[in-house]
Amino acid sequence: MASPPLLALRGVCKRFGVVEVLTDIELEIRAGQVVALLGDNGAGKSTLVKVISGVTPAEKGIIEWEGRPVQIRRPHDARNLGIATVYQDLALCGNLDVVGNLFLGREIRRFGFLDEVEMERRTSQLLERLTRGVPDLRAPVVSLSSGQRQTVAIARSLLGDPRVLLLDEPTAALGFEQTSEVLDLVDQLRDHGMGVLLISHNMGDVKALADRAAVLRLGRNNGFFDVNTASQEQIIASITGATENVPRRMAHREAGW
Amino acid sequence: MVKGTHSEADGTRAAPSAPTADDRRPGRRAALAQVIETGVAVLRRKLSAGELGSLPVVLVLAAVWITFQSLNDSFLSPRNLSNLSVDIVGTGLIAVGIVFVLLIGELDLSVGSVSGLAAAVFAVLNVNNGVPEWLALILAVLTGTVAGTVQGYSVAKTRVPAFVVTLAGLLTFNGLMLYILGTSGTVNLDEDGLVAQLTSYYFTNDAAAYALAAVGTGLVFLVSQQDRRRRMAVGMPHRTFRGIVVRTAVLAAVAFTAAYLLNRFQGLPLALLVFLVMVAGLDIVLRRTHYGRQVYALGGSIEAARRASLNVTGVQTAVLAVSGTMAAIGGLFLASRITSVSQGAGSGLLLLNAIAAAVIGGTSLFGGRGTTWSAVLGMLVIQSIASGMVITDTPTAVQFMITGGVLFAAVVIDALARRTQEAHGRA
Ligand SMILES: Nc1ncnc2c1ncn2[C@@H]1O[C@H](COP(=O)(O)OP(=O)(O)O)[C@@H](O)[C@H]1O
Ligand SMILES: [Mg+2]
Repeated sequence: MASPPLLALRGVCKRFGVVEVLTDIELEIRAGQVVALLGDNGAGKSTLVKVISGVTPAEKGIIEWEGRPVQIRRPHDARNLGIATVYQDLALCGNLDVVGNLFLGREIRRFGFLDEVEMERRTSQLLERLTRGVPDLRAPVVSLSSGQRQTVAIARSLLGDPRVLLLDEPTAALGFEQTSEVLDLVDQLRDHGMGVLLISHNMGDVKALADRAAVLRLGRNNGFFDVNTASQEQIIASITGATENVPRRMAHREAGW
Repeated sequence: MVKGTHSEADGTRAAPSAPTADDRRPGRRAALAQVIETGVAVLRRKLSAGELGSLPVVLVLAAVWITFQSLNDSFLSPRNLSNLSVDIVGTGLIAVGIVFVLLIGELDLSVGSVSGLAAAVFAVLNVNNGVPEWLALILAVLTGTVAGTVQGYSVAKTRVPAFVVTLAGLLTFNGLMLYILGTSGTVNLDEDGLVAQLTSYYFTNDAAAYALAAVGTGLVFLVSQQDRRRRMAVGMPHRTFRGIVVRTAVLAAVAFTAAYLLNRFQGLPLALLVFLVMVAGLDIVLRRTHYGRQVYALGGSIEAARRASLNVTGVQTAVLAVSGTMAAIGGLFLASRITSVSQGAGSGLLLLNAIAAAVIGGTSLFGGRGTTWSAVLGMLVIQSIASGMVITDTPTAVQFMITGGVLFAAVVIDALARRTQEAHGRA
């Protein structure tokens, strides 16, 4: 391969106390690709997302950014690299309004004070691009519907023009129309050269959208697939464990498929 | 038409551009109707979304004042109202600090002790050791800042809830105060000194009170108008000019009535001026700065704040530093009121009153909701009840029960507002 992947994990491990939740994880995300991260409940998908976004840093393994090893110890580090995340629990502040949540931690200032007008203007621009059901920008987020909250979280992740986007079950709380809005958006972002890691339980969406799929099972890699060539049955078998640990390391991937 | 607009503004407004270009085309009549409808719709939305703000406490205050005025018509006399405005300052300043702590979802139990400690530091330095007043004053306030910073840093680092850490602080700082005061017991302050003047000085010139009222309302008007202009320039939803005028007029009516009444007694009290300036200043800090936004964020979700790369340790430390500082300043005003510092300084009901004031004023115990103005409104309620009881010769026992009832009501409203908001979100 010519250029190194945007983001690569090599042998990443994460434990909570004595429980090893992630073991020797390998993962690559390339620019302009959507990688689906699949796995049963409790497989460690969300934990992996939190490792990459610096919420719960890994204690072992290497994270490479454009081929060069980097340290991600805090959310701040990930953000500086250009990694944005939509967490499964959304991580919004319910008491803040939509604008406040979008710009939390990177408020626009004017003469040292918050520039609410400019922040609100950019918020409404961004949301209008993303969805047709733009919520009341000044309502506290706790009073929005779960779909609207999901949209707010997605909008927030896009605000800093990230290069890698991690989406942890972004469509789980959405209806049909909003789900297709989100999937269209992911499609667009890929076309603009963003690398996307998409966690989803919907095989239809994965098939339609993803370029590659990585399967986790009990905290380990349990297969990498080219979504265009692999069959749905193959992928599901890997998720459920019918095919155990086929390619243990990424290096074997090319040979395998 | 009425129905249509309501349901639109109630739920998710299709586009947040309601009162712009399109709506300005219809005739003036329709435009006015639109203004009123939007106003009503916003109010309804706020009510149904559990954002009551200061409405309940204003109603309670009105009820308290009407009740006592009907029992004894000297209650709303210039003298009594003027005294009331000075009596709320000491505890009110402490309550402002409590608002900060409540906003991050914590509680500071040490503010009473810290206020007593600061007063003792001042008294011992100035009276017993001849340190100049201004220096003793600064050192006393810094004592509060340091006490708060130490506690805040401990809370942030140990992740022990603040009420536990500050409970230890309550005892420690009270002990420290007794130690500093030593056997002398009570220290009398200089009757004409700087600290005594804090609550005894009045701007007897009528112009002072009116100037404060004019400057306050003028600033509010200018800021709203500037905001409106900028929003219009970029085609964003904005208040109507009429709306701004009405708001300013209401504010001006309150401010100038208060100024008039204060001038009928001894003029604008220095203590009230300090209180209002600090409350307004800290309100701007909380609602218009990056620091303030972080305070609210921590109260909303500490985990979300952390994931948004906020400096959680720094904010927690700073918030308790603010409450320690405000406690010290409040303590000096309380000492000023009685021109002495005794071993009882900062004890008794002070802590409970400061917390009650913040909560009665509408600051949420669950964190993330409230403003510094709730300290003013809450203190007005508490002190009005106390003063009304004195005027009507009612026993203290009844005063406690009534204040307790009001506090209970405030807590229930707070909890209900929170529930309504969440239910609204789930719908
Ligand atoms: N903070 C934590 N402490 C201890 N165990 C955790 C923690 N977070 C997740 N786990 C455990 O890690 C495993 C993987 O969880 P998670 O990453 O949320 O799975 P997934 O997102 O794939 O459903 C689960 O068994 C879960 O119980
Ligand atoms: Mg998960």
